[in-house]
Amino acid sequence: MLADRDRIFTNLYGFHDWRLDAARKRGAWDGTKELIARGPDAIIDEMKKSGLRGRGGAGFPTGLKWSFMPKEVKDRPHYLIVNADESEPGTCKDRDIMRHDPHLLIEGCLVAGFAMRANAGYIYVRGEFYNEAVTLEAAIREAYDAGLLGKNACGSGWDFDLYVHRGAGAYICGEETALIESLEGKKGMPRLKPPFPAGSGLYGCPSTVNNVESIAVAPTILRRGAAWFSGLGRQNNTGTKLFCISGHVNKPCNVEEEMGIPLRTLIERHAGGVRGGWDNLLAVIPGGASVPLLPKSICDTVLMDFDSLRDVKSGLGTAAVIVMDKSTDIVKAIARLSYFYKHESCGQCTPCREGTGWMWRVMERMVKGEARLDEIDALEDVTRQVEGHTICALGDAAAWPIQGLIRHFRPEMERRIQARTQRLAAE
Amino acid sequence: MPKMKIDGREIEVPAGITVLQACEMAGVEIPRFCYHERLSIAGNCRMCLVEQEKAPKPIASCAMPVMEGMSIRTDTPTVQKARNGVMEFLLINHPLDCPICDQGGECDLQDQAMAYGFDRSRYAENKRAVPDKELGPLVKTSMNRCIHCTRCVRFATEVAGVEELGATARGESMEVTTYVERSLSTELAGNLVDLCPVGALTSKPYAFVARPWELTKTESIDVLDALGSSIRIDSRGAEVMRVLPRLHEDVNEEWISDKTRHAIDGLRRQRLDQPYVRRDGKLQPATWNEAFAAIAARLKGLDGARIAAIAGDQCDAEAMVALKDLMAALGSPNIDCRQDGAALRAGPRGGYIFNAGIRGIETADAILLIGTDPRAESPVLNARIRKRHLAGRVAIGSIGPAGDLTYPVERLGAGPSSLRDLQDGKSSFLAKLKAARHPLIVLGMGALARPDGATVLAMARSLAESCNAVREDWNGFAVLHTAASRVGGLDLGLVPGQGGRDVASILAGAAKREIDVVYLLGADEIDTGALGKAFVIYQGHHGDAGAQRADVILPGAAYTEKSGTYVNTEGRVQQTRRAVHPPGDAREDWTILRALSAVLEKTLPYDTLDQVRARLVAVNPVFAGLDRQTAGAWGAFGATGSLGDAPFARAVANFYMTCPVSRASETMAACTASRGRAMAAE
Repeated sequence: MLADRDRIFTNLYGFHDWRLDAARKRGAWDGTKELIARGPDAIIDEMKKSGLRGRGGAGFPTGLKWSFMPKEVKDRPHYLIVNADESEPGTCKDRDIMRHDPHLLIEGCLVAGFAMRANAGYIYVRGEFYNEAVTLEAAIREAYDAGLLGKNACGSGWDFDLYVHRGAGAYICGEETALIESLEGKKGMPRLKPPFPAGSGLYGCPSTVNNVESIAVAPTILRRGAAWFSGLGRQNNTGTKLFCISGHVNKPCNVEEEMGIPLRTLIERHAGGVRGGWDNLLAVIPGGASVPLLPKSICDTVLMDFDSLRDVKSGLGTAAVIVMDKSTDIVKAIARLSYFYKHESCGQCTPCREGTGWMWRVMERMVKGEARLDEIDALEDVTRQVEGHTICALGDAAAWPIQGLIRHFRPEMERRIQARTQRLAAE
Repeated sequence: MPKMKIDGREIEVPAGITVLQACEMAGVEIPRFCYHERLSIAGNCRMCLVEQEKAPKPIASCAMPVMEGMSIRTDTPTVQKARNGVMEFLLINHPLDCPICDQGGECDLQDQAMAYGFDRSRYAENKRAVPDKELGPLVKTSMNRCIHCTRCVRFATEVAGVEELGATARGESMEVTTYVERSLSTELAGNLVDLCPVGALTSKPYAFVARPWELTKTESIDVLDALGSSIRIDSRGAEVMRVLPRLHEDVNEEWISDKTRHAIDGLRRQRLDQPYVRRDGKLQPATWNEAFAAIAARLKGLDGARIAAIAGDQCDAEAMVALKDLMAALGSPNIDCRQDGAALRAGPRGGYIFNAGIRGIETADAILLIGTDPRAESPVLNARIRKRHLAGRVAIGSIGPAGDLTYPVERLGAGPSSLRDLQDGKSSFLAKLKAARHPLIVLGMGALARPDGATVLAMARSLAESCNAVREDWNGFAVLHTAASRVGGLDLGLVPGQGGRDVASILAGAAKREIDVVYLLGADEIDTGALGKAFVIYQGHHGDAGAQRADVILPGAAYTEKSGTYVNTEGRVQQTRRAVHPPGDAREDWTILRALSAVLEKTLPYDTLDQVRARLVAVNPVFAGLDRQTAGAWGAFGATGSLGDAPFARAVANFYMTCPVSRASETMAACTASRGRAMAAE
């Protein structure tokens, strides 16, 4: 269990004040000037050593990402963009950071912005997060008033401005290039890569898009050292992580835990266990709607980190643990996710635009068993035709939950089809 | 030059191109829908996926730049499966209405389905239904067929410069639409139909008219503006069914204007298909012999000074040289090819052509438009200026009629006085012209077809010289013509001879009874009411203004019906080809003049087309070089004089109706009405 002294988010539950004074007492903005005085390269180096992997879902090493930014500002300014468009179903960690510990994020923006030589940062907040945006704005104003942002931020000699931009409520705007498009005032549609944002991002300038959590943990990592952070968790999966546990558990919650904690321990220790006991567990979606589900047999032993979950053909994603007990209509649950992806597909590229609707319609029939047995294989084939063929990862995200369902619950799907066939034959 | 491997074969390719282009260079065809060479890369159809060694998933070859050491495979099962998958996805919501779709037979989706499709569908769900959109009189929509490649959106936004098309909603509800229902306000709308890879956008006037495999294809040249776009005329029997653009990088790239494409229904209406002679005040059908006899009778014993000839805007050089030779034989110096009275003389050539060449626009770094509205006078050329604007770092200024040219323009004034101010350094634009390495000064007919035109011409010349726009490696002095025949006419010297009369003087002379016979060779843009009591011979293909006033009508051939030589505004000599025969008794124009000359006992010395063309070359060697463009000879031209106060007028008031063909076209009438409604609504 993560020791209290190793917690980064000490006001995750909002028991304390989010304002600057209180945040300072909890350690935020402590020695920020000295952190910056280390210089960009040292900061990026420290982040690399910490082994922090991006907390937005893909798990790309954060320090490495920062190092892709040009080493010098030439004719185009650099931008830091914080992805606060937290829309992955089951995920609610960034929201709590923004409303309860906004100063960790703001300080992180300054440090990260400085490290990648950006004088301006944008926080793209999900449209539905109205109160969070208000809190964040207020916190930013406090930081400006205290001289922590703006000209000569924190007395560091670095100028840094931070802006909050509210989205309009589209899941796809959480994809980094779609977010950039949206930030530019265009329709949120992912861009082709290359060019990558570090080369040509916002307004064609070098930009880096980071998740809220990745940015918010950065100052603490720098203060306490890469060795401390990398000492937590497992090799290649270091540090602490916010887990969002929802579904059929006794006490749904957000909790900061060490990476690599066993799934069962996580659920039982922090969420009060599965409703009706561990044996009542049917399946868990371990990382937000877009990763394949895991049946109980795997949940018994699996560890919660990027590599262990990848080994069981799922993923850590945003670490949004969605627990489903045996009362769940598992096919219907996945069909609902299929509807979500059909609804949120931007429509730009063919496989996703056409495939998500197709998959959803077949899934709806699967719920009632209105299909032939061979259509399960056809459905699987369609998911393979979408996966890996799209501009962004939404196509993959739409395909994986269905693949997980077929992999682990094919007998249940077949049972429904056969039951319906028999019923019709009897009539 | 990066080295890369395509399907195991090593090739060297230019840096900066895409994998798709590299594959094409290697002779490997990559299927595509959204990719188009002249539009920005969208990468959304996913049809062009290929495998890259060491990449975790297939890459979109249209969007991936080539890199040193790259290894691409286009022939693996993964690639085949990816393409089959995309094709299946495109087809699930695409209606199977090929038998009633106008795109049938020239449909990218149909063609590629043969290679990557499957003969049955696994998709049993309901298909998407999308309401059709109203895009105006030229583009018909059938939006159920749309595959969302967004070529049309990109063309409208990038090339046409009208941000009127876009996509609303998302996912499978995404629709390509005009946001608010309206006609597209572009003169290049027809190109959308060419670009659409499926039958979502088809030609409205051509709807259900013909199938591509029934058509005879003739490569030719357009003469409805002075650009001389390369076109393909598709005909069936005696009728021109449609006109499509042909690729010509130096002239029209692969676009044509809506007039070029859609005025052709005018070729079927108001045609002169037999000779007429006015008897008892009424035009009555006649035979060729009767018509020639009437002319011969009137000309008999007439002094050459009392005869005049005017060549119209769509005359081929062959007919013009025959007219010139005939007038010379009749002893008349009264000949002119400048119906609008443009103050251009027959030489030096640099003084009346678009010296920089149309392609030169892309090199220019400062452009001054004088008395021209290129969007109305030559929309395709205007698109080239817009292309230059999009490439960046160019200053564009205009003295003349205001209007949306689809790119930002510095308004420097409306008339000659503004030009004088510019020359005197009272405008900051002069510095931009002088600082430019390739300054371009475009002079339109709005600045030349006026009493002080020669003075304006001289001012423009001295401005060009003072900006160092005329030098060995660059000539930025550019005249933008509106008439397809004009440069050819000037090259042949169809201007008044010694003591001869120009158009204005011919008309005045006719009114004063100093001119007894006027020969109008397709000349309809003059004030025919001013011809007084003169005996008017009209030779042409349409019953337009000239024919109404005529005493004898000799039916000629339109540009689709003859092999004629034209010289476009940049001085490029090009030839039309006969796609269909002229209607009825109508004949190719030079042969009419040749036959008439025999009746008049002034027989012209040529009997075949080759002989006429040899005569062209004899008059001006420039006609020997087909499809070549170079800057013209430079020298003194223009004249000093006083400047008028009137602002430069528009040379083209209504883009859609500028000639007998387009005035006879119902489609052009519909476009005019539609544009009028749109302007009234604004």
